[in-house]
Amino acid sequence: MRSEPVIQVQSLVKRYGTKTAVNGLDLVARPGVTAVLGPNGAGKTTTVETCEGYRRPDSGTVRVLGLDPVRDAAALRPRIGVMLQSGGVYASARADEMLRHIAKLHAHPLDVDTLIERLGLGSCGRTPYRRLSGGQQQRLALAMAVVGRPELVFLDEPTAGLDPQARRATWDLVRDLRTDGVSVILTTHFMDEAEQLSDDVAIIDAGRVIAQGSPEELCRGGAENTLRFTGRPGLDLGSLLKALPADCTAAELTPGAYRVVGKVDPQLLATVTSWCAQHGVMPDRISVERHTLEDVFLELTGKELRS
Amino acid sequence: MTSAGTYTPEPGAAPLPRMIAAQAALETRMLLRNGEQLLLTVVIPTLLLVLFSSVDVVDTGAGKAVDFLAPGILALAVMSTAFTGQAIATGFERRYGVLKRLASSPLPRWGLMTAKTASVLVTEVLQVVLLTVIALALGWSPHGNPLAVLLLLVLGTAAFSGLGLLMAGTLKAEATLAAANLVFLLLLVGGGVIVPLDKFPPGAQDVLGLLPISALSDGLRDVLQHGAGTPWGDLGILAVWAVAGLAAAGRFFRWE
Repeated sequence: MRSEPVIQVQSLVKRYGTKTAVNGLDLVARPGVTAVLGPNGAGKTTTVETCEGYRRPDSGTVRVLGLDPVRDAAALRPRIGVMLQSGGVYASARADEMLRHIAKLHAHPLDVDTLIERLGLGSCGRTPYRRLSGGQQQRLALAMAVVGRPELVFLDEPTAGLDPQARRATWDLVRDLRTDGVSVILTTHFMDEAEQLSDDVAIIDAGRVIAQGSPEELCRGGAENTLRFTGRPGLDLGSLLKALPADCTAAELTPGAYRVVGKVDPQLLATVTSWCAQHGVMPDRISVERHTLEDVFLELTGKELRS
Repeated sequence: MTSAGTYTPEPGAAPLPRMIAAQAALETRMLLRNGEQLLLTVVIPTLLLVLFSSVDVVDTGAGKAVDFLAPGILALAVMSTAFTGQAIATGFERRYGVLKRLASSPLPRWGLMTAKTASVLVTEVLQVVLLTVIALALGWSPHGNPLAVLLLLVLGTAAFSGLGLLMAGTLKAEATLAAANLVFLLLLVGGGVIVPLDKFPPGAQDVLGLLPISALSDGLRDVLQHGAGTPWGDLGILAVWAVAGLAAAGRFFRWE
């Protein structure tokens, strides 16, 4: 899958008045599913909307499928599918009516009835868009993004506000798109979604990409893992620390609940259990916590609340 | 479940005429489905025509009232669709991201605008047919050159479309809704639609005569009631409004 990038952004700068939304951002997205993560106000939406051709860069270059989204808009638009975070549909249009309309703007659209059935939009019937549930509106927006058989799809928080069933259905569709060779740029706040669906993750903060890699790479790199066990309170951890590698720490968090932080591998686990055996400690519960994407995200972007 | 390969990319825009036709058909359906829009474009002009032709409320001068009223009501119909209706609909389309979503579709912006114009023209044809039939039933006897009438209607549509799109593309949707209705009401009263302009003080008459609605209703009345040739003065006023309005809309229209 490592071939020509679908998106190449170089030194992108975008300001709104005195506020710099994107500050010299570089991003390369390969074919497959790329998740774009970042706290609110980090510059995700501006970056994605620049790729979609909605915004003109103040400086820097943007290439999508090798084209300039502003200058080559006419050539690019038929090849991409855009799912807006909300709206995009006439208030009094019915779901199937709007989807059929978008299909008519394309040369080789998907079969609309099949897509309606697949995304469970058949139950919308004659209800106008403004009275559809939030989940139905989301699924319609998703259908509108894929109906034209694009090469590249932009999904902006596609599962926000969806129930678990609809969320599954959306995930399955994204997986099928990927299998069939459609590239996806996915903006999301759900770390599990990014972890489940994407080949590549880019984390944006303060208008720059601060980390990029596969979910596995990001979870492995740099971040330390945690091992927890319980035993009788007040164990002397000094001898444990001596047995462990030098960069590890061990502490009793609450009476009887112990935590070891470091590079958790089979050797470390063996060291801890044999230390327990030597000290006659039965670890009732022992668990290894793998670093999740959420841990990495919070580590990189901080825990304080954003606007 | 769908089989493998269903989503294999096969991108491409539909042929332009097909896109524009589809867009125009959708816009027209949305308009005809909207109750408030039908009230403005059909119910109010029809009621005014019937009411003021049969009840002697306003002194419309010599001759049958319907001969004075029918041209004014046709002008009102054009304004209701090209200006009021289009401004409100487009304002809400902008607000709800419809324009934004369509901007990333294969339909070019000028194609969308062409489709909107086609939808306005289709609606106007329906209005003109309906109002003409009603006016004829009320005893209307129109005169004049149909081509001059057509030219007035087309230039009037261009003038009102420019102003409507300018409003929709610069104000908030709610502000457009309020302002477009207010302007409709003011121009209905002060634009020579049902109240002859000579009922106003002389100073006011000169100013009111420069409004697009006055130029359109006066021009239509010159031709249809008095059998005049081409009303160049009124056409000139409409042309100026059309150029100014469309240029300003083109310059200031914001898509989101």
